[in-house]
Order: sequence, then C-alpha cells, then structure tokens
Amino acid sequence: MDFALTQEQVILRRSAREFLEAECPSSLVRAVEESGDGHAPDLWRKMAGLGWLGISLPEQYGGTGGSLTDQTVLFEEIGRTLTPGPLLTSSVLAAQIVLNAGSGRQKDDLLPGVVSGEVILTLARGEKLETASRDGGLTLSGESLFVPHAGLASHIICATRPAIGAWPDITLVLVDTQAGGVIKTAMESIANYPQFLVEFDDVPLPGDAVLGEIAQGRPALDRAVQRATVAQCAETLGRAQMVLEMVVEYAGNRVQFGRPIGTFQAVQHRCADLKVAVDGVRMLTYQAAWRLDQGLPAGQEVSMAKAQAGTLSRMATEAGHSIFAGISFTVEHDMQLYSARAKIAEANLGDTGYHLDQLVI
Amino acid sequence: MDFNFTTQQSEFREELRDFLRAEVPQEKQEVFGLLTEEQYQFGRKINRKLAARNWLAVGWPQEHGGGGKGPIEQGILAEDLGYWRVPKSGSIGLGIVGPAIMVFGTQDQKERYLSPIARGEVEYCQGFSEPNVGSDLASLELRAERDGDEYVLNGSKMFTSYAYHADYMYLLARTDPQAQKHRGISLFIADLKTPGISLQPLPYINGEMAAQTFFDNVRLPLSCLIGEENRGWYHAMTTLDYERSGLWRYANVRRVFDDFAEFCQGSAPDGGQPLAGHPMVRHQLAQRRLGMETWKLLCWNVAWMQSSGAVPNAEASVAFLYGSEERLRFAEMAMEVLGPYATLRHGSPLAPLLGNIEGIHREAMHLHGAGTNEIHRNIIAQRGLGMPR
Repeated sequence: MDFALTQEQVILRRSAREFLEAECPSSLVRAVEESGDGHAPDLWRKMAGLGWLGISLPEQYGGTGGSLTDQTVLFEEIGRTLTPGPLLTSSVLAAQIVLNAGSGRQKDDLLPGVVSGEVILTLARGEKLETASRDGGLTLSGESLFVPHAGLASHIICATRPAIGAWPDITLVLVDTQAGGVIKTAMESIANYPQFLVEFDDVPLPGDAVLGEIAQGRPALDRAVQRATVAQCAETLGRAQMVLEMVVEYAGNRVQFGRPIGTFQAVQHRCADLKVAVDGVRMLTYQAAWRLDQGLPAGQEVSMAKAQAGTLSRMATEAGHSIFAGISFTVEHDMQLYSARAKIAEANLGDTGYHLDQLVI
Repeated sequence: MDFNFTTQQSEFREELRDFLRAEVPQEKQEVFGLLTEEQYQFGRKINRKLAARNWLAVGWPQEHGGGGKGPIEQGILAEDLGYWRVPKSGSIGLGIVGPAIMVFGTQDQKERYLSPIARGEVEYCQGFSEPNVGSDLASLELRAERDGDEYVLNGSKMFTSYAYHADYMYLLARTDPQAQKHRGISLFIADLKTPGISLQPLPYINGEMAAQTFFDNVRLPLSCLIGEENRGWYHAMTTLDYERSGLWRYANVRRVFDDFAEFCQGSAPDGGQPLAGHPMVRHQLAQRRLGMETWKLLCWNVAWMQSSGAVPNAEASVAFLYGSEERLRFAEMAMEVLGPYATLRHGSPLAPLLGNIEGIHREAMHLHGAGTNEIHRNIIAQRGLGMPR
C-alpha cells in the first residue's frame, strides 16, 4: 500500500503547474470562452510539444506511454487552471476507442496526429445514429446531441445501430466531418462550452470506416469511457482543490469585524468540509486509475469516483460563492469561471445519479 | 500508487480470517447497543489467543512483545476484528498507552507495562475529560501535587469508558497550576486499585456502563509519571496520533451496512416486495455504499501515512469526522427505510438484524470521540489548511 506519487509524477505535477500557471491564466480562459470554439491553438501546440496529448497513448504512435495514474496527475493540473481545449475528448475518450478497436492501419492513420495535435477526434453517441446498407457499403443517418468539440474535430467516432433488423450491439464507425451530409450546430451552453448537435444525412461511409467488428463496439467504447471518466474526475478534483486554496487564501486576507474572516468558525468549518470532500474524491479517483492501470475490474470504482466528484463540484461551488460572497457574483471575479465549468463536468460522462445507479448493491 | 497489500500482508489477512471463522461464532458477535459481560469476556479471550500468535500487538516492535510488523498489519487486524464484531477490549492500552510508553517511558516502565498489554492481560481506561472539561481539554482541573516521593491526586474524571473492566487509568493531571495551561499538565498511569479511587456508574445510551472516576487523596509513586513533569499535554497529543486510522470503527459499521444491504434484497419485514426493489431505497443504499468506500479509503490513508513514517494529524481528523457523519447518515437511512420496524429493539422477534439497526442508531449519537466534530473541523481548518486562529 502506497498512496504517494512517484518521483516522476511529482515532477510532472510541478512542471505542469508551472507551465499552466504561466501559459493558461484566467485571461486566456476568458478569451477562449468568448471565442466560442473552446480552443486555444497556441496553448494546444505547446501542450503537444510537452507530450501531453499522448500522455496515455503508446510510444509507437508518438505517445509517452504513461499510466492512467500519470494522466490523473496531469488532469488535476488541467482542472486547477480551467485549461480549455479538447484534451479529454480527443486524446483520452476518442483516442482510446481507436486504440482499443481500430485496425493497425486506422491507428497508424489517426493516433500520431492526435498526439501531435493536428488531428482532433470526438465521439457521438445516442439512440438515433443508424447505419444502413447500400450498394455494398454503409451509410449513416440520424443525429447526436452534446457532441463535444465537434466544431474542431476532423473525425467523429459514432456509436451506431442498424436502421433495419437488430445487431446484438453497437458498431463504431469513423466519420470524416468534411463528408457531405454532416451538419454541426453549436448548442448554446454554459461558459460557451463547445458541444454540438450533429446531424448525419445519409452520409456514405468508406469501406474502412468501421472501427473493429460490426456490432462489437461495446467493449472498446466502455473501456474508453471508463478512462475518460477517471480523467474527468481528476479534472474536477483539481478544480475543487483550487477553489479550496482560493477561498482559504481569501479568508486569511479579507478583514471584517476587525479580523480576517478565516478566523471565524463558520468559515473554517465550510473550508474543512470541502477539504474532507476533496480528500475523499482524491482517494476514489486514484483508486479507480490504479485499478485500470493494473487491469483489474474497475467499473464500480470508476462510478463511485464520478458520483462523488459530482457532489464535490457542488460543494466547491457553494463554498466558493459563500466565502467570496458578493465579489464572486461579478463576472470579473474568477469564481464564476470555476462554478460554470463545475456544471459541465458534472453532466459530462454521467452525473451523480447515473453513476450511483451503476453500483451493485 | 499502490492500493494492494503485499503478499505477506494478504497472507496475514487470510490466516486471520481463518482464525476468526474458527473462533468467533455468530452468537458470540457483539450486537450494537447490547454488550453483555459474557461477550466482553469472550473478546478478552480472543485477544489472548491473538496474542499467543503475536497478532494482538502486531504492529509493535518484537522487543516490546509485539509482532514486529507495521501500521498496515495493525489496520488489517483492526478492520477484521471490527467486521467480525469481536467485542472490543484492550484498545486503549494497545493504541494509546503502549505507544506513549515506547516513546516517553523509562526502561523500567517499558518492562513493567508493555508486555502485559501486548499479551492481552490488562485493560486500560483513559482519564482525559472531566466534568467541567471537554473540548477545552487543556484547562483540566484534576490536581496532582508532589509530596516527597509520591504524587497526591484529587479531582474527578468523566466519561471513563471501560472503567469497570480496567486495571489502570492513563490520565492527565495538573501538576503546575501557576503555569500557562498547556504547560502545567503531566501524564500518569494509575492502578485503579489504589486507595482513594472510586467509581460512580455512568450508563451510556449505547448500553455501555462507563463511570465518573473520583480521586480522593490518591497517592501514586513517582514511577507512575510518564515522560517529563509538566510536558504531559504534549506527550499525550503526540501519541494520540499513533493509532488513528479508525479502521475498527469503519469495519464495525460496514458489517451492519453489508448485512442491511443483503436484508433489503430479501422480502420486506411486512412480507412485501424486497425493499431494494424501491428505486428510492436503492438510491439511498448506493449513496451509503459510496460513503462507506470513501470512509474506508480515508482510514487507510491514515494507516498508510503511519506506515510511511509520517504522523497524521489533520488527515486523522478528516477520516474521523467523515466516519462519524457517515455512520449517522447510514443509521438514519436504515431507520427510515425500516419504518416502524426500526423501533424494535434486540429481543423483539420482529427486530430486523437482531436489533442492530436500532443499536447502531444509538451508537451513532457518539459524535464526540477524540474530539467533537466541530473540534475536528477546527483541526482540519487550522492545522490542515493553515487558516488563522
């Protein structure tokens, strides 16, 4: 039993923190929010240069071959600084599907680009994505909601069902967003988070569009979703830890009634409760990451981490706005950036209720 | 990062479980809120059998009669004894007194006190709280005056758990009333058979018989002083951190949660559909399942810190606070789910789970051990987060 980070992970954390504090100030977060595309191209290129876009991808595709625990360390830092961009969507969620289900050729075609940042992938799910056979090939029709970063993505991985008849399970197909019949409409979202309604109007799929086997996409999808969910927990953990540090610092400096408000037990106890919640989610998240790294079954542990991360998000929001109080109700103050993204994170990849429902009792 | 036990630790756990399966039948296991004298004595017997295998003080050094292992093995032992509901005994000696003597005791004190604790032969109680002294413990009033080669103790201690089974009390007394309050306190071990010590029964709501302990001109030899005179506060606070994982308490509650979750799968007490079939009950069970997991990890975090040589401080308060509140959340949830059946006590043929739910609900009112929850929040805020005093 050893809950300490390795020497390499400590170095990763330190260098990531230094880099992001310098390169991702809240002014950048605000600028990206205003731009509406959820992307900071310069930062993205620099992150690629640091190897972060392939942190948990194998070295043969240019990745750094890190563990999920390494990835967790990095995403804590991403969360602290509200780093924008499709890192979780493209490099973790979608890239893991390609890695798990793709042919050698598909991996060679896509993954080096994901690692270098030139290729951005996303995932479309939902009940309404249907494939049909025509002229010996497949076509795709239907729509999917809440597709993250579809505006930037060169390809969308779609989890599909057949229009007629029944496959035992989903088929994963790769769709070029430049193909005719792919229509992307931004959904107006909290903090301009770039999520899209994507419609597919009888899009013909090339012969090599299927990732893996027909009707056998579920295991690869589930595996990728688990890993992305852990990354989302880590992002939430880092964000909540940062809110905690922000409010503790503020409470130590803000003087009312002739003394710092941090001397009041009402304030201290709110901070203590947030600290307890942060510590709990840290243990749950690293446990889930470690189990996946070990190849152990981790569905329950991942769901427990994500369920509790949702609760943590809400606690951080409440503590932040309570202690910063009036000033945090202004757009100018950074707290609102944290609370807005807390809601995005909570809803992404299953909220607390969904994940509690996954627990075997 | 490693959430696994070593092979040797896993083997220890398996051997321990084999032992418990063989030695602790269902009818001997403690029911919450109903500790009989027979069960307590059974717990002492189990402790002596564990000691015979060098498992009781498994984390103590071998030179003091221990098993020579570490805090992780101690955690494994605590978790399994709690889960098997072995009636608790000896915990103050093993967890608090022994470690303090190892650090602050003289050679003579080590030889006199440690081995009987490790063998499970003695019971200790703790004399910290007083009638006027709770959270502000350093303002304690029980007086110990030096008189020749003796100390003379006058005053009283409150909330003395295990008093009626204990051989010794580990206590704090004021030796210098002129000094600043933290700097006039000393640590003693008092033989409870010493003339002048008397007990007044103080029944607890969890069924336990505790006491108020009175000291009337109690004369203790100088050799009963542990550590330096007037440094007792600091000695006691340092050693409180030695045994703080709280895994026994976690596992003791977890067992009831597991039993309750299983109970909810069967037909309801009124013969209706299984309780777990109700979406709201399922949701509540899932919430508590998550709460139990979080509690467990926070406890193991403390044990791991100890095993790595660190002294948990705010981390122990995090685990303790979380545990107290999670235990109460579970107890309230289970009571709510059971409806009127929750009001039936042990002994009623209709009491679900032998009345353990009603019992754990009373136990869950214990929101003050090792400091109230508010004191733990103060510790987390001030020592953990560095907030101003």
